[in-house]
Amino acid sequence: MTPAPSPTPAVTWADRLAPRRWLGPVTLLGPAGVWLLVLLVLPTLLILEISLVPGLRLGQPSGGYGLGNYLQILQPVYLRVIGRSVAFAVGSTALCLLLGFPVAYWLALMSPQRWRNLLLVAFILPLWTSSLLRAYAWTTILRPSGVLNAMLAAIGLPTQNWLNTPTAVFIGLTYSFLPYMVLILYASLEKLDTRLLEAAADLGASPRQSFWKITVPQILPGIAAASLLVFISTLSDFVVPTLLGGASSMNISRLIYNQFLGPTRAWGFGSALSMVLILAVSLAIALLIRYGDRNTVTET
Amino acid sequence: MAQTVRSTAVTATPATQADVELRRVVKAFGTEVAVRDLDLTVHQGEFFSILGPSGCGKTTTLRLIAGFETPTAGDVLIQGANVSTVPAHRRPVNTVFQSYALFDHMTVKDNIAFGLKIRRMGSPQVRDRVAEALRLVRMETMAARYPAQLSGGQQQRVALARALVNHPAVMLLDEPLGALDQKLRKQMQVELANLHRQLGITFIMVTHDQEEALSLSDRIAVMNNGQIEQIGTPSDIYDRPSTAFVADFIGDTNLLPGRVDQAYPSQVQVTTDSGLRVLACTASSSDAQTVVVSVRPEKINLSLSAPTAANNCYQGHISHLMYLGTHLHCVVRLGSGETLMVRQPNRAESLGVDTAVYVHWAADDCLVLDPA
Repeated sequence: MTPAPSPTPAVTWADRLAPRRWLGPVTLLGPAGVWLLVLLVLPTLLILEISLVPGLRLGQPSGGYGLGNYLQILQPVYLRVIGRSVAFAVGSTALCLLLGFPVAYWLALMSPQRWRNLLLVAFILPLWTSSLLRAYAWTTILRPSGVLNAMLAAIGLPTQNWLNTPTAVFIGLTYSFLPYMVLILYASLEKLDTRLLEAAADLGASPRQSFWKITVPQILPGIAAASLLVFISTLSDFVVPTLLGGASSMNISRLIYNQFLGPTRAWGFGSALSMVLILAVSLAIALLIRYGDRNTVTET
Repeated sequence: MAQTVRSTAVTATPATQADVELRRVVKAFGTEVAVRDLDLTVHQGEFFSILGPSGCGKTTTLRLIAGFETPTAGDVLIQGANVSTVPAHRRPVNTVFQSYALFDHMTVKDNIAFGLKIRRMGSPQVRDRVAEALRLVRMETMAARYPAQLSGGQQQRVALARALVNHPAVMLLDEPLGALDQKLRKQMQVELANLHRQLGITFIMVTHDQEEALSLSDRIAVMNNGQIEQIGTPSDIYDRPSTAFVADFIGDTNLLPGRVDQAYPSQVQVTTDSGLRVLACTASSSDAQTVVVSVRPEKINLSLSAPTAANNCYQGHISHLMYLGTHLHCVVRLGSGETLMVRQPNRAESLGVDTAVYVHWAADDCLVLDPA
């Protein structure tokens, strides 16, 4: 990419095309740009094309372009899958926010300064191990003869099968993405100007009033960023619903997987589902850019 | 405003009601003692300044009154009530912060209305009070703006309005003009004085700017090292400093250490360490033998020929000369080796470096102080 050409008439085309203007940016951005073009942009366009061929199946002749694949998504059975995916995402994002906010608040504003970095590292340590391994670890906790039931039995509570339930998916998703929530909220809370809290107290606000009228609005961009990031990640997660949710927890990623690698081989329908997911995630990212910006946060 | 009468008896008349009182207040942070054994009484309606170098404990003192700090020992009283353990949000004081601490997610109007809304005042009344506050600080046209869209001076006015809209018993101002440039500072000083006169409430201002303190205050407390060195009117502080620290901190002064030769009623004869004999007046009844003579640069007269009558007259030559427009700032080296700062009106005299001059001043214009 070259810098935007200056509007001043003094700049000639020869000047604009001079190597000194584009050589640097092209050298810096070129390799990654080619990588993204070949491995992201072109495949996405390919998926878009396949999604527009109704009833496309691997090894069968196709019947031209149309919107049939997208109309198929509107069938109740598939809308339920999408609804379930959104419910998983919203629920686990809300759980992450509820559990993560107090932790981030304590870390940023109350924890002892000298231990702060160590505590932060301790909290993000799970991110350094494979998400697949962590999901497998949860199966040993949640299965009928697992750790959770053993503990419940030991204190005399009724045991139940946790594995392959939506509850297990919520637990797994919240566990997986809580560190992201804490990290982003921490970064936001750490920048909070505590003098504003003093000013609020000076004007008669109790600590609770200061929290809702100053702290929360001040870090709303951070809350929005963290929540949207967790929402995007949980909406399209594949590992946790597959390993912990079982048959009860078919979500959109698993449905897409089945279209491409399952027995039906309905690539056209799978591509249409992928496009819908890409669109949903893009929308969430657009919201992130819009509301992650401090200046656009309006008064409460 | 309800209170229109400004207390004229501000100079410590016992009849004047105390608004803020600190009794033997100590504040320590760990082993660091920021404020030690502070006694302070601020009267109702007074413009009171706490002046001192950075780290002297003046901001801590203000924070103790605001309620952001609790005293390690001693009591803080506001309007007669002991508030030592009352949290900031239940004290009848409002603060203008050095950094303004405006809520940047709210408009100017909402910033100002914040305190009123917290106290659940009805919205018609809030609207009236906010409009009145905006008018007082002349920011009526800026009500819908966000703090980020305002200049430093405008933010400062909003911070003032946000505090005074609550009609507090006491306004606390922490270096309120510290972030403004010189010209705006002068202008805001006038506005602060006007506001104080209009509102009639007690102002307590912390500043390190002596000129600001002198020009605005009814009384000033000069702090050093966590303690009050002197409390008095601006002229008390400037003309009759009680310690060498105060004399040196407020304005410029020449400090000449020496010994008392002979004491007369209200005057003493001092021989300085370099051998000058100086006749000076005494403020206190202290009979210390080792003293410091303080003489202000502007009290010293400079002449090319020997003056006819003067108590303290010495010969020397100018070693440095600074041209300041309205004044000349000279450093005069005396025959005895001492150097004196002298401030001279800019007159048509041919003064230059190495010009031989006489310096002289009246005994009434210099003061004997205890050494710091």
